[in-house]
Amino acid sequence: MTQGARLQEPRAAAPPPPRRSGGRAGRRGTRLADLTGVAPPMALFGLFIIVPMIAAVVLSFVRWNGLGTPHWAGGANWAEFFRDPVARTSVIVTAKVVVLSYVVQTPISLALGLFTAGRQRYRSVYATIYVLPLLLSTAGIALMWESLLDPSFGALSSLAKSWHLGFLQQNWLGSPSLTLYVVVAIIAWQFIPFHTLLYAVGRRQIPAVLYEAATLDGASPLRTFWRITLPQLRYTIVTSGILMIVGSLTYFDIVYIMTDGGPGYTTRVLSLDMYNVAFLQDQYGYASVLAVILGVVGIAVAVGLVRFTGFASMASQQEGAA
Amino acid sequence: MRLRAGRMIAFVLATAWLVIVIAPLYYMILASFRTQGTYLTANPWVPSGGLSARSYSTVFHAGLGRYLVNSVLLTAACIVLTVTLSLAAAFRIVRRTSRAVGVAFVTMLFGLAIPVQAIIVPIYVLIYKMHLYDTLLALILTLSAAAIPVSVLIMVSFVRDIPREMIGAMLVDGGSEWTVFRRLVWPLSRPVLATLAIYNGLNVWNNFLLPLVLTQSGSVAVLPLGLTKLEGLYSINVPAVMAGVLLSVLPLLILFVLMRRQVMNSLGGLVAR
Repeated sequence: MTQGARLQEPRAAAPPPPRRSGGRAGRRGTRLADLTGVAPPMALFGLFIIVPMIAAVVLSFVRWNGLGTPHWAGGANWAEFFRDPVARTSVIVTAKVVVLSYVVQTPISLALGLFTAGRQRYRSVYATIYVLPLLLSTAGIALMWESLLDPSFGALSSLAKSWHLGFLQQNWLGSPSLTLYVVVAIIAWQFIPFHTLLYAVGRRQIPAVLYEAATLDGASPLRTFWRITLPQLRYTIVTSGILMIVGSLTYFDIVYIMTDGGPGYTTRVLSLDMYNVAFLQDQYGYASVLAVILGVVGIAVAVGLVRFTGFASMASQQEGAA
Repeated sequence: MRLRAGRMIAFVLATAWLVIVIAPLYYMILASFRTQGTYLTANPWVPSGGLSARSYSTVFHAGLGRYLVNSVLLTAACIVLTVTLSLAAAFRIVRRTSRAVGVAFVTMLFGLAIPVQAIIVPIYVLIYKMHLYDTLLALILTLSAAAIPVSVLIMVSFVRDIPREMIGAMLVDGGSEWTVFRRLVWPLSRPVLATLAIYNGLNVWNNFLLPLVLTQSGSVAVLPLGLTKLEGLYSINVPAVMAGVLLSVLPLLILFVLMRRQVMNSLGGLVAR
């Protein structure tokens, strides 16, 4: 974050640490100009993101139903989290959704991404069709699958009847053992297109020279994949992984519309639990505990992945010039 | 020989995914052209046995037009707001002379990691206290704010790549910072702005949580929320609900057909850089 200089016109022999504190560098009122550009987005961001973030932490120590005066509760809300069996279930369900989503979506997206990055004409037609689910809103996707999966009139049960495929006749959205997997599958249907695009872009950025060299050396396709494609895609793998994990960690829409956490609590993810505690039970303090946990885990996962994979070195190279 | 077998397997798997993508959409289109009666009796996969477009007029009578207008207004406002604010900010961040601007930039980058779900309760309280509950303005402000970090990041990394010799030359010729912005940065950045507009526009158009929490009445409902209202209203009229979903995606589909390359590049390229 120190080098602000890339775009600055060359300055006569700048002193070694080029951190410019306003006054010295100030050419006619640039400091004011600085603020006019940055202040509006900063105000918007500060008011609606930073203030709520701080407020969420404060609220987690307060007992409040949204109407009366808030009462200081100390650590009572936090203690409740560790006693609350529903919260415990939600944490487990969320962890399942995150892990399953990652395990399902990553290989499929990678394979489809590599496929659509290929040169043949029909592959770009495929790529175009693959994008279509991205245009649908989550609400639309949820309603579509809801009617598809309807056990009496749905299209799947009709297939089951006309083709004698008994296993397609299931209570997809009402079965304690099955519904979580159905939800994970629908989330995958929604997001694999996006990650496929990421991988396709990543694959196209790999220099062709590497593959030519591999061919000359007589490397098998499989070997080329392990030795060239996969290592070259590492940044894409990290980016896609972060988005996938943080996204499914906070996943809300499909679950809210399709199952509302049911049957029982089998699909009650943490963000849905928080929503219900806040807006149905009016316990804003305790809901904020759940919210803070979501936020902290999300940030920790993102930062952890960046650190762990050495992605930071690239990011900071890009950032460094800012 | 091995290679050809591999190609074959890839083709088969890719086609299988193609079917998985298309089949539900095909089903939905077909279902939207049924009547309530034929929906229950006809084979949902075969386009025969009485198709009608009545569902489409049904959903318009149920207020879908209103939702559509709201969505267009919201999305347009958010695009204009985020694109202009982030471009101006990026220019100032890249050419900053005071440390405060750098701090502001880092703060905004930090926002990339904060999921909206984690701060939705205070946002609701704040909007309520500001007397903005159940207004489109509440959605415009919050959705734009949520889009600021990624927009600023993208614009900064773009503006930074403008050769400083070009800017230097303009300044030497007596141009002001404002001239540089208007004559150089603004024209150069138009393609990136389009990319950003598409990305943000899609996110805003399809957002569900903020409208769910911050609005209530049908008159300010946007499409995703409106669709679920529609479902509540017509829970037994599946064709109407499917017609609603299809109508809600139609504007995006038209946009996609018109500028397919641009849309795909902006979705894939934004994050993949």
